[in-house]
Amino acid sequence: MAEEVKKETPAAFKVTIDNITIDVAPGTTILNAARSIGGDVAPPAMCYYSKLEGSGGKCRTCLVEVAAGSTADPRPMPKLVASCRTTVMDGMIVKNITSEKVTDARNGVVEFLLINHPLDCPICDQAGECHLQDLGYEHGKEGTRYQFARRTFKREDIGPYIQLHMTRCILCYRCTYVADQITNKRVHGIVDRGDHAAISTYISRAVDNDFSGNMIDVCPVGALTDRTFRFKNRVWFTKPVDAHRDCENPECCGKATLWLRGEEVFRVTARKDQWGEVQSFDGKPGWICNTCRFDKKETKDWTIEGQTLVARHSVIGANKYKKLEMPAETIKEVMNGRDPKLMMNIHNVSEVNNPNIQLSEIEGPAHSEDFNRSAEHVAGEGESTQWGMKK
Amino acid sequence: MQALTNRVKVVERKPMSLWERLYIPAILKGMAITFSHIFKKKPTINYPEKKRPFSPVFRGLQILNRDEEGRENCTACGLCAVACPAEAITMEAAERAPGEEHLYREEKYAAKYEINMLRCIFCGLCEEACPKDAIYLSETFTPADYQRKQFIYNKTDLLIPHPQEDPEAYKKALGNRAKNQTVN
Repeated sequence: MAEEVKKETPAAFKVTIDNITIDVAPGTTILNAARSIGGDVAPPAMCYYSKLEGSGGKCRTCLVEVAAGSTADPRPMPKLVASCRTTVMDGMIVKNITSEKVTDARNGVVEFLLINHPLDCPICDQAGECHLQDLGYEHGKEGTRYQFARRTFKREDIGPYIQLHMTRCILCYRCTYVADQITNKRVHGIVDRGDHAAISTYISRAVDNDFSGNMIDVCPVGALTDRTFRFKNRVWFTKPVDAHRDCENPECCGKATLWLRGEEVFRVTARKDQWGEVQSFDGKPGWICNTCRFDKKETKDWTIEGQTLVARHSVIGANKYKKLEMPAETIKEVMNGRDPKLMMNIHNVSEVNNPNIQLSEIEGPAHSEDFNRSAEHVAGEGESTQWGMKK
Repeated sequence: MQALTNRVKVVERKPMSLWERLYIPAILKGMAITFSHIFKKKPTINYPEKKRPFSPVFRGLQILNRDEEGRENCTACGLCAVACPAEAITMEAAERAPGEEHLYREEKYAAKYEINMLRCIFCGLCEEACPKDAIYLSETFTPADYQRKQFIYNKTDLLIPHPQEDPEAYKKALGNRAKNQTVN
């Protein structure tokens, strides 16, 4: 009987992804190995979330081709594998963007994900930071081949702060993992099966846990959105800044991104890393509590550290100038000390961004009466003389 | 000095001849050209009695569109504002309250919508960006005014007339180029 030579497991596995070879620790998934290379090599992931245990394996967007299983057994894997669930082997050769099969399969997966997705991006508050939008932009087709009725659900308020649009959900299960692993009491999950599967609370019980707001952050689409931010503004018109505060809650990391419009805090989210996941601080994921997220909506509650870095391709970076150097005003000098005469102050004329309407102070979305009420209010006010202008 | 191109014409500065000094022939020559124009076709158009047709690609004043039932198409998605290279468009969104379904097409609408016509360069990128066929550039231009503040166009200035209450004005505002169906 031939003696089988049992080799010891090497300390690091050599794996080649898209012709780039790296050493990773045994037990690393292909997805995480690819992420350590970074860039386009990392497969997109809609359901896998590195900070949530057990997540992944549901959306199939991270499919990759394994051209050689390992040095010991260099046969290719017969089918495309989900890279978030497949661990690397020594000498494994993985093809992601270099494989036509993968691109093809991913296009198909995106088409499947979009079968029931309503494409109401012009209304959806997630637009601009939606992972499905990015994925559809890269892999999606322009039209749909689906001809049947899409599954629709009624909009649901789960708790005072979170709104559930089940129609937009892609069933990634991330929010149920948040409920399981971060909050101490799980009150929501997936009910029904197959096409009827829906995220819901147990007989409309409110989700009122202190960390329930984090399910908004983990949701890759606009299914779970911040009710306090609903329709307030588009994300790309708000300016993200990094800020922190001393939170009383010991579990809360207190580091967040504020989304500002002028001095108003429209929204507070956890800080995201380059993969769209919650950033880790000192090895711990930076989840924030609901007090930080929903109640501290004034700049004085926070210590602002500076502007958040936005990825170059992101629409959120549009029309934002990181370093704006204003030239020195010379008119006064030239005009013998006389101030320039302004022809018009836009703030006196414009009705948008009215200082008397504090959208951030309205609890839910603004309605027509919010604007009408303040219009009367403004009519009674004196003219603004900030610029010494007459209306 | 050597000329840079072959199109250089050297100015002659020699004294005028007797024929040139008489002036009369030159005047007659000039008047002949003037009077010959009386018999030519007049290129002037008497605006505003007569108006020149616009080019089919003319981009004029923006219009906020309504659907056949008169509901506003705009959902305040902000794509026009982010596409605008002059940063002329601003808006604020609101949620459609129950009972307002006949006013707005979708659950979100633009409560405030403003175009600063002093900034607008009529590039038409807002029309291109719009996913709801809600804004398009019409076949008229912005009327002149005496005050700058009149050029901040709000929703009352921009909205197309109601197609059922005032179908004639609606048709006129829609123009010939508007797409016939609205995209859902």
